[in-house]
Amino acid sequence: MPFAPIPKSLADLRRVPHLGNYEEARRTFSWEAARAELDGLPGGQGLNIAHEAVDRHACGPRRNKIALRWLGKNGESRDIRYDELGESTSRFANVLDQLGIVAGDRIYALLGRIPELYIAALGTLKHRSVFCPLFSAFGPEPIRARLQIGQGRVLVTTPELYTKKIAPLWAQLPDLEHVLVVGQPPAAGPAIHDLRALLERASSKYRIPPTDPDDQALLHFTSGTTGTPKGAIHVHAAVIAHQATGKLALDLHDEDIFWCTADPGWVTGTSYGIIAPLACGVTSIIDEADFEARRWYGILQDERVSVWYTAPTAIRSLMRVGTETAREYDLRPLRFLASVGEPLNPEAVVWGREAFGRPFHDNWWQTETGGIMIANYAALEVRPGSMGRPLPGIEAALVETLADGTIREITCPDEQGELALRPGWPSMFRGYWNEPARYAKCFASGYYLTGDLARRDADGYYWFVGRKDDVIKTSGHLIGPFEVESLLMEHPAVAEAGVIGKPDPVALEIVKAFVVLKPGRIGDAALMRDLLGFGRQRLGAAVAPKEIAFVESLPKTRSGKILRRLLKARELGLPEGDVSTLESA
Amino acid sequence: MNEVQIRETVLHVLGAIAPEADLSQLNPEARLRDQLDIDSMDFLNFVIGLHDELHVDIPEKDYGQLATLAGCVQYLIAAMGRPGSRRAE
Repeated sequence: MPFAPIPKSLADLRRVPHLGNYEEARRTFSWEAARAELDGLPGGQGLNIAHEAVDRHACGPRRNKIALRWLGKNGESRDIRYDELGESTSRFANVLDQLGIVAGDRIYALLGRIPELYIAALGTLKHRSVFCPLFSAFGPEPIRARLQIGQGRVLVTTPELYTKKIAPLWAQLPDLEHVLVVGQPPAAGPAIHDLRALLERASSKYRIPPTDPDDQALLHFTSGTTGTPKGAIHVHAAVIAHQATGKLALDLHDEDIFWCTADPGWVTGTSYGIIAPLACGVTSIIDEADFEARRWYGILQDERVSVWYTAPTAIRSLMRVGTETAREYDLRPLRFLASVGEPLNPEAVVWGREAFGRPFHDNWWQTETGGIMIANYAALEVRPGSMGRPLPGIEAALVETLADGTIREITCPDEQGELALRPGWPSMFRGYWNEPARYAKCFASGYYLTGDLARRDADGYYWFVGRKDDVIKTSGHLIGPFEVESLLMEHPAVAEAGVIGKPDPVALEIVKAFVVLKPGRIGDAALMRDLLGFGRQRLGAAVAPKEIAFVESLPKTRSGKILRRLLKARELGLPEGDVSTLESA
Repeated sequence: MNEVQIRETVLHVLGAIAPEADLSQLNPEARLRDQLDIDSMDFLNFVIGLHDELHVDIPEKDYGQLATLAGCVQYLIAAMGRPGSRRAE
């Protein structure tokens, strides 16, 4: 084994870990017991995420504790105590009431990491409406698709994002009734509101109505190989898993300062950037700015971050900056490092020891699972390159789907299969918005099929192998090739497009498009620039292709489907495999 | 290479990464990432592009100094004047 397992000793831990003995924790854990650690709504009125994350602390011993410490990109900062967060989220819920919004309505946010994003998320949950975050770097196309699919009734955004991305689209969004802007409304009209003015006028008292644990709470969009983006629905019971995994996988303790660097536009930034740390009652750091090595080291040092949850792209960038830079900072409070988004290469796991005196702990989960499913733990040996072992309460397996649609479970060590999970954990998605057939296709023989390929070693550690489908993993985000191909084909010069993830040392993959031009169009530098710009303008930099190649034709199956795998094999100079179903073979 | 040429080179490299942007409207003192739709991969490509055009090494710990157009120009003037740097003629 090129990277030896990293043992743990009690001295490494500094705190008695929530999970000390793995086998015993798996044996004794139950979701009922995890549920019992939460309060539930007063009077047995059910279970609501916002009560567990905010209100129970706001009227308890943590009321004066800092819930969120916000760091602005221009050096400003703002502390929000639990009691203040309780009041501001109540105001938001009252604003929704005043607008005639009801339980189950979808409230979207298109915001950078500013305090109002967190207030809107938790206020929406109090109100029992459904919160749907959009990544603020999305271009107009991904925004339009997601707002249309989820039939958003309210959107919270900034004046700048409104003017640039929403105003030109609004006519195509018949369900969107209200836009709440953080700042001076850029246009007049009964449907555009100044959110801060509304919050100020609203009452700071709000009693959360009875909430069924199975009531819809969150809508998170993700991408498949084909078709439109899918809206994964999560329910209020998910908070049971958020709190339990916050403790078991991230080892959050009351006195921790926690920094999850993910943007709430993606599921990690909501589950672990908003809900889990608050449910665990810790202080959470929010940085408005984007990644910059010295800024990040400065935050880790100055805020005395003790538990840090970040992503491989950032870790690899820090590695490139060099260990000496890390050593310039006093990072002694840091005691637990975790990573998610894509598999963390073993070099980076080990580099954690060199730079911070402790390894990174990779873990695995996805939008559909709502919370961490497989993890390396504070108290357990880390196997560099492995995603770790299933959490207590999670039953994982590797399976092969047979020709008749049933599955075969793989039990031999080190044999590759599709990672599958036994449904039943509270943060499991309960549907794709308005697409029951697509949801049903995710299950077979009593398993949820994740679409990720993995293997398991003889000791039960799981190792990521790749995706079963053509979904692209870039900088921790999933991108559906179809969404990008469809957009490129709207360009007047493009006849066809095939999009793949091209391996990249920093981002894991980057989006690369192979484009067939219409007859008479010439693939010169000017057209290349035009197409790159077209993609960026419509999809946003986070989704648009970073590279475009002009090709004569695309490889296809006899039925006309683009063979993205073959495009990828050619890009990598790999053997092209079985080409018997190829059109041009 | 003088300041004007360096500024033009910076804008040229930016234009290749974000061809959709109207770079004549850039505020030189404001962050590039607040004015242009640039993600971290774009930023890395920007630095690689500057290196290819100007033959200066830009260590990652200095990336913070490239946050604005004015910062880029200032940094590059200093970097190109450093002993051992390969001057682009």
